Amino acid sequence: MSSTLSATHRPRWSFPSWLVLLSAASVASLVLLPIAVIVSRGAGVGLEGAVTTLVRPRVGELLLNTLSLAAITVAGTTVLGVGAAWLVERTTLRGRAFWRSLLIAPLAVPAFVVAFGWLTLAPSMQGLAGAAVVTTLAYFPFVFLPVAAVLRGLDQAGEDSARALGLSAFATLRRVVLPQCRAAISGGALLVTLHVFAEYGVLEMMRFPTFTTAILEQFAMGNSATTGSLLACVLVVLCVLALAVERLARGTARVARTGRGTIRHGTPHRIGWWSIPVTAGLLLVLAGAIGVPVTAVLRWLSKNTDPFGGGLGMAVLATLELAAYASVLAVLAALPIVWLAVRGRRRGASIFERATYLASALPGVVVALAFVAVSVRFARGLYQTGFLLVLAYVVLFLPRAVVAVRSGLEHAQPALVESARSLGISSFGAFRRVVLPLMARPIAAGAVLVFMAASTELTATLLLAPTGVSTLATGFWAASDQLDYVTAAPYALALIVLSVPLSVTLMREAARKK
Amino acid sequence: MKRIALPLLAILSLLVTGCAAAGTGDGLDPSKLTVYSSQHENITKAWVAGFTKQTGIKVQVRFGKDASMGNQIVEEGDTSKADVFLTENSPAMTTVQNAGLLADVSDSTLAQIPADRAPSNKKWTGIAARSTVLVYNPSMISEADLPKSLMDLADPKWKGKWGAGATGADFQAIVAGMLAAKGADATEAWLKAMKSNATVFQNNIVTMKAVNAGEVPLGVIYHYYWYRDQAGTKEGSGHTALHYFKNQDPGAFVSLSAGGVLKSSRHADEAQKFLAYVTSPEGQAVLSESGSKEYAVAEGVASDPALPPLDTLDAPKIDPFTLDAKKVAQLMTDAGIL
Repeated sequence: MSSTLSATHRPRWSFPSWLVLLSAASVASLVLLPIAVIVSRGAGVGLEGAVTTLVRPRVGELLLNTLSLAAITVAGTTVLGVGAAWLVERTTLRGRAFWRSLLIAPLAVPAFVVAFGWLTLAPSMQGLAGAAVVTTLAYFPFVFLPVAAVLRGLDQAGEDSARALGLSAFATLRRVVLPQCRAAISGGALLVTLHVFAEYGVLEMMRFPTFTTAILEQFAMGNSATTGSLLACVLVVLCVLALAVERLARGTARVARTGRGTIRHGTPHRIGWWSIPVTAGLLLVLAGAIGVPVTAVLRWLSKNTDPFGGGLGMAVLATLELAAYASVLAVLAALPIVWLAVRGRRRGASIFERATYLASALPGVVVALAFVAVSVRFARGLYQTGFLLVLAYVVLFLPRAVVAVRSGLEHAQPALVESARSLGISSFGAFRRVVLPLMARPIAAGAVLVFMAASTELTATLLLAPTGVSTLATGFWAASDQLDYVTAAPYALALIVLSVPLSVTLMREAARKK
Repeated sequence: MKRIALPLLAILSLLVTGCAAAGTGDGLDPSKLTVYSSQHENITKAWVAGFTKQTGIKVQVRFGKDASMGNQIVEEGDTSKADVFLTENSPAMTTVQNAGLLADVSDSTLAQIPADRAPSNKKWTGIAARSTVLVYNPSMISEADLPKSLMDLADPKWKGKWGAGATGADFQAIVAGMLAAKGADATEAWLKAMKSNATVFQNNIVTMKAVNAGEVPLGVIYHYYWYRDQAGTKEGSGHTALHYFKNQDPGAFVSLSAGGVLKSSRHADEAQKFLAYVTSPEGQAVLSESGSKEYAVAEGVASDPALPPLDTLDAPKIDPFTLDAKKVAQLMTDAGIL
């Protein structure tokens, strides 16, 4: 056995490779199943049918709406996210720990609850402007988080050299600092774009039709197999394009430090009297993203004489249960995928990892549509069960688990295990005492991310929830769809309260990674 | 290696079975009567409570929306777990009927309601009714200037002046009534004009509130949203009034909420009893007193006293099972509204 080890560098505590490969392949096929179903149903319509369905003014209108909202939201979140990150991490603005946690806090408020808040404040808010305000405020932490992390870790040396070579402060920012943030910005922008493509609740409330709202309309009319699938195909293409654009935008420049020596953390830029307007600006953003929805929820809640009636308790339980199963299953499903991507010896072993990203780019409604189609025909026993809904959550949120688990596995290097083995510990002992401790936190972070996403998911839940089961998100939706904001308020509050401890965990995790 | 792989597999399979069996699994109890309902939750629950109290038969309900629930039953086919289907508008029931999934409604049930409040083929029965109305904002338009017919709203002079909840089953039932009364060509032309003339809102409530707020002067909705708001805070209708088209105009269309029994029902007797209860004087009184402001349809049962009597609305005479939801969806898609 020891000769095999030295010959192939294969760590002894690995699982049988066929088992890993088989599990990874089955996870990947589960993830790709929805796309296959949508595309085949779309193809089943035939070229002529597809052309008449897709080449018409309404589809052009939907395309224009979807793309213009994505463009405005990406621009808005980038300006807000990068600006706030720079102010917090690179200037003399006071109370950075305070700002850092507050600027992540909007993650705990689902976008449709933000929309609910704004509609309470301005009931006639609608269309592109209304939708863009809400999505920008709700999504900007997706850009803020990664950019702040990069700025926090930057080495001052690069900027010093630039200034010494005669560049102005602004040129230094543009030519030295921003390029290093490029990957973080484009990654955040990609997340924002995919969220805009998948968004339903906000847009339905703001009366701004996009592909996702149109697909749900077609489903409601029973046209999911034809028009619904074709529209979903267009959405799949948009998502693939967004992924491709992000790869280009990220660029290929190496930004990692290559030299030796310690990082010198920068001297923050002095902002002096600017701190007054800057503080006011940041407070304004936070008021819009957190203040408005929370005030609205409390205002409607105060009018509710029986906040715990109407099945709120059952909805909390169902949400907790579904999200818990989804987070555990997603982490388990991520393990073989990550294993192959990080330790796979063959070329192309990371193809499974890439595959998982594709399905997560799909809106929940598309995945749910496919699951309905497949289960009704081939797995009637699964149709309308909680298990099927959990599977849909796994497909939708697997990448969150993959990213987290991957960072853990990369830290658990084979050399550490080999050392443990050479010290006479059994293979299982090495796994338990070396690998597990290193991976436990990242795995937990991945589970938290999946849990948060699953507990606020709306469109897949609307289609797949079992009879009699309503979650916090669908309960909120049912009431707010009737403009019954008094009944909706406790659900919104429960969604926020549920997310707060989780986002605090994430914040600590993010702050720990200096 | 096997030492880890086997426990892991065991944990995985435990999880999978646990998931499937957990409380979030399919909660339907095969021993109970199963009602699929897209009718209002509070009315359905009141009927279920009254029925169980009278007969001792236990009932479970799955809620959904008209079209998606109708299509769901069709997808489920013979294996559907539904025994009874209740809708808000009849086109969803017609979808199920056209798939050949409905049993005949018992004669004693049909005898409880007037002949014109059920389809002539006896496959289902009306359980409640709702009238189309024009809600308007008197500060923006006087009663004398209102359109004489729903069809008039296609005229360019009404551009930007009206709205409707076009994506919902309620409005689509109104269009189905128009299709039955005026034919495909006229309906198609009207929908094309609607695309440029009207503002599309999510549903009736939003439409009414938009008229109330002065966003548009006119809205096409069902009557009971207005009466319910009037009975309550008047927050969404205080600045509005209702106009009834009458004269058998498409705008006077009365939509029947439908109830039917599935052919595949394993509780066929109980299912028929449930429908008999819903259309009985007791069941209809539950509706009248529920505050829902929908019309009762049974013979000799008074509707909520706030409403103008159903017989005075002069609705167009249409056999409701001819309402074609599929064709309406097609026409609305062609017109670019959906």
